[in-house]
Amino acid sequence: MKQFLTTTVAASALALMLGLMPATAQEQRDPNAKPGGDIVITYKDDVSTLDPAIGYDWQNWSMIKSLFDGLMDYEPGTTTLRPELAESYEISSDGTVFTFKLRPGVKFHNGRDLTAEDVKYTLDRVTNPKTQSPGAGFFASIKGFDEVAGGSAETLSGVTVVDPSTIKIELSRPDATFLHVMALNFSHVVPKEEVEKYGPDFGKNPVGTGAYKLAEWTLGQRLVFEKNADYWNKGLPYLDKITFEVGQEPIVALLRLQKGEVDVPGDGIPPAKFQEVMSDPAQKERVVEGGQLHTGYITMNTTMAPFDNVKVRQAVNMAINKDRIVQLINNRAVPANQPLPPSMPGYSKDYKGYAYDAEKAKALLAEAGHADGFETELYVMNTDPNPRIAQAIQQDLAAIGIKANIQSLAQANVIAAGGDKAGAPMIWSGGMGWIADFPDPSNFYGPILGCGGAVPGGWNWSWYCNEDLDKMASEADSITDPAKAEERYKMWGTIYEKIMEDAPWVPVFNEQRFTMRSPRMAGADNLYVDPVHIPINYDYVYVNDVQ
Amino acid sequence: MIAYIGRRLIQSALILLGVSIITFALLYLLPADPVRQIAGRSATPQTVENIRQQLGLDQPFFVQYWRYLTNLLTGDLGRSYIQRSEVSELIVSRLPASLLLMLGAIFCELAIGLTMGLVAATKRGSATDQTLMLTSFVGVSAPQFVVGLLLLYVFAVRLGWFPIGGYGTWKHLVLPSLTLGVLGAGWYARMMRSSMIDVLRQDYIRTARAKGLRRGTILVRHALPNAILPVVAMIGIDIGIFMGGIVVVESVFGWPGIGQLAWQAIQRVDIPIIMGVTLVSACAIVLGNLLADIVAPFIDPRIKLR
Amino acid sequence: MTTPISPDMSTPLLPAKPRSGIWRQLLKRRLAILGLALIAIAVAGAILAPLLTPYDPNEQMFDGLTLEGAPLPPSEKFWLGTDLLGRDLATRILYGARTSLIIGIVANGAALLIGALVGITAGYFRGWIGNALMRFTDLMMAFPALLLAICLAAILQPSLWIVALVIALVNWVQTARVIYTETSSLAEREFIDAERTIGASTPRILFRHILPHLLPTLIVWGTLGISTTVLLEATLSYLGIGVQPPTASWGNIIFENQTYFQVAPWLVFFPGAAILALALAFNLVGDALRDILDPTQRGRA
Repeated sequence: MKQFLTTTVAASALALMLGLMPATAQEQRDPNAKPGGDIVITYKDDVSTLDPAIGYDWQNWSMIKSLFDGLMDYEPGTTTLRPELAESYEISSDGTVFTFKLRPGVKFHNGRDLTAEDVKYTLDRVTNPKTQSPGAGFFASIKGFDEVAGGSAETLSGVTVVDPSTIKIELSRPDATFLHVMALNFSHVVPKEEVEKYGPDFGKNPVGTGAYKLAEWTLGQRLVFEKNADYWNKGLPYLDKITFEVGQEPIVALLRLQKGEVDVPGDGIPPAKFQEVMSDPAQKERVVEGGQLHTGYITMNTTMAPFDNVKVRQAVNMAINKDRIVQLINNRAVPANQPLPPSMPGYSKDYKGYAYDAEKAKALLAEAGHADGFETELYVMNTDPNPRIAQAIQQDLAAIGIKANIQSLAQANVIAAGGDKAGAPMIWSGGMGWIADFPDPSNFYGPILGCGGAVPGGWNWSWYCNEDLDKMASEADSITDPAKAEERYKMWGTIYEKIMEDAPWVPVFNEQRFTMRSPRMAGADNLYVDPVHIPINYDYVYVNDVQ
Repeated sequence: MIAYIGRRLIQSALILLGVSIITFALLYLLPADPVRQIAGRSATPQTVENIRQQLGLDQPFFVQYWRYLTNLLTGDLGRSYIQRSEVSELIVSRLPASLLLMLGAIFCELAIGLTMGLVAATKRGSATDQTLMLTSFVGVSAPQFVVGLLLLYVFAVRLGWFPIGGYGTWKHLVLPSLTLGVLGAGWYARMMRSSMIDVLRQDYIRTARAKGLRRGTILVRHALPNAILPVVAMIGIDIGIFMGGIVVVESVFGWPGIGQLAWQAIQRVDIPIIMGVTLVSACAIVLGNLLADIVAPFIDPRIKLR
Repeated sequence: MTTPISPDMSTPLLPAKPRSGIWRQLLKRRLAILGLALIAIAVAGAILAPLLTPYDPNEQMFDGLTLEGAPLPPSEKFWLGTDLLGRDLATRILYGARTSLIIGIVANGAALLIGALVGITAGYFRGWIGNALMRFTDLMMAFPALLLAICLAAILQPSLWIVALVIALVNWVQTARVIYTETSSLAEREFIDAERTIGASTPRILFRHILPHLLPTLIVWGTLGISTTVLLEATLSYLGIGVQPPTASWGNIIFENQTYFQVAPWLVFFPGAAILALALAFNLVGDALRDILDPTQRGRA
């Protein structure tokens, strides 16, 4: 299933600075790390593509990050931004012009040197509708985006090559999140000649500047990554080879890990085995837990009776027993009370949300004129555990008199119903849920709670549109001064609290990630639950059984 | 004969054309928008419309179908919406796994089915016969996903004889083949039994017996070959049953064949893949039936080609 | 096309044997008795479910799960244990029998009706209608049934009745073919010609002469078809595209619980055994009926 990408655990402040950012000094390396060795990683689902402009799955997200590089990246295992292919950058005082100086000596896997032209080509390509990139929308703040997206121009007027090692990007509005966008896979740099050579098959023949090269790809079975000996970041990667085996059920992967045939099960520990693993000290020791910038929520269509009544929505918020739902998924999540996950900057720690109280919910429902309840529909994606969670929600709603009939459908059908104003009264987001693309509070607003997403085919399934909040949001995002970052986060916190007053969602829980590694795998724990290089940071992990 | 085959081939082509129209129409009516799947959640309505145009999905149904058909005739099955690779390449890369699985299944169903039928026929009316026939009914009535999970539990999880899933060695092949073959084994057991009983009634067997040949010799030398042929001739028809079965069996065992490809594509409305797999399956079914029909008169002279 | 030369062309056609005779003959066969007994158990379980179990099939009990969210093994309180939502598994299996039987009867009834209509129309009237219908039937034969059912289930958002409809739309084809062959050989018989020449109306011929002769075939196919239908429903529900939750169906019980099957195999095997038993029952009875009524088709579907 498509898993949207994730980011962050420890929400570090945005390292957005005015003026010149010096190149990072020699980075801190793990002193015990040894080069060499190879490992096996498994995934259930096939890898669809390794084209950075297109890949948007759980499996390929970190793979692409190891094959390609962007201008920006994050410190390994954290959400702290740092320059990657850029050696330094400069931001104009009004926050609309970004000038990146490229790192010298960076080579593509085909041996050619990286130049500023490649960066420009990459951005032109990803925004061009012919590329059909699912990430094109992230670049909307670049000047000239509308013309390229609309097909009337081939190149972004806001992106200029100053000299072979300098690129200047002009924005049409200040965008506090732009450096995060430059760290997204979608902006990872591709060489024009290889893209043109392979055409639509570039995703099967990726050529980048990354730490690894693709050595073998047997469709539906296995991919092999080989160390890029010419990698610009000397000393990396540590491993010589990574074999990804696809089509492996998580439960099979775990058993093979116990037998020593697999080093990391990419899909984590399967729910049925969770108890067993955690109660065995030897195995538990090798489990790594990490947070995830994820929220699972129920949307209520605010344009559809009776959910157009805020009291009804609040009543539903009080009716859901979140602790029990968390129990159903083996306590691998924490109950949520607001759209933002706890580790996201802007999260309101003092906000209490709606406590579980069926009696109060019933009273509120009666106040809204639905003393006898009503009948409605709850849409849900048809892969486990989502139909189960929907049934738990259904039982909670029944307790206050709401009869919710479950529509358990394929992901695409649920998305279609949500994007139709008269489609779905309620949706449980599981399996399609919002995992942040980058660690910034704005990422939970625009498409899923803002007016811009409340359009046919959009992702704002509550059809919630509050013009005042939209204004406040764009105000917040134009604060590019890092000194005011805290103020900006506070503004966002207020926005989400205000949203909860209108209660278009029931935030249900925030997922935790649990993964496991073989005894020989080494490296810091946070590399195995890397908030950005999801699920694992392949560039920095190593094995301790090499000489 | 050649005229007959020619006529059947033309008929088959028309059937495939019909299959393609119906499938295309069903997918056209699907209440899900593939463009939204492609465009992702950050897309503006403008981007969505642009992609729709790029893919030609804004065209009327018949224009879209006509374009698909003309491409199809040049051997172009289009590109996957999600994976962006050639559908033909995806199918070709996964077909060997599915074919291997089917071969394994054919082996299993023949080995089990024919043996059971043979034993039952020679012990006709006995308790063994009854037990075997009941067993064959169980095989025919068992849902494949239950058989698969049961075999996995007993032979992989408990006994550890076979891997729990995956693809690669002959050990991986055993359980999925068995699962896919159980249904057919039930049918073959019953057909083999009645075919064998028919043969044992024939005059030449009586003659052989009268000549005092040993019972075993009569069975193996004389009865078996004649009884097996009409049964084996039915293999072509199995293809249709397999094509449905692989969707389930491959997903239970994580087998990297076209069944899984189809199932994943259906969930993500990857229309070109669904079309491609359906057409390939329909092709296989049509050819399988054709083969069975062509072989039939050689084996049973009572059957005439018409 | 190849058609085996029907052996019944040479034997005189007899009208269907009286019902009581069928029953008596069925009860002489051990396997048929087994089948009938299994069906009786399933029907009794489905009808008497509320009396047989103290639980509601959809009630998610607080004490039905461990604190870590794992299902409970079989015990005195929960005879077959609980499922992943803390519901009593035995209760859900009992109520699941209702789903299977309703779908088995409705979907198969509809498939039989469509198949019979198509088969009789094509076989009796021939001409372009008959031709078109049979070519369409050939076309449907070339569809991988499961793929077709999945596509249909995706288009028509599933409910109990939609699932029945989907199965009927997939399963009518076999019946249509058999009925077509029988009808067309009947239509050529002299006594039908004779009826025509004395000016009998078409409905009269169809209902008085053709249909009674098709009855044995319809009974046999009707019974065997229930088995196929039960299996197809279970498969669709197992894939998560069948009957909508929380309605219990044997297939969706397995779908919902299979992640736990290695640690709690009973969650898969009890409902699995139920599906097998019901499908087996209808196969056994159907096969016995075929022997007794001896319609021409033999061997596999």
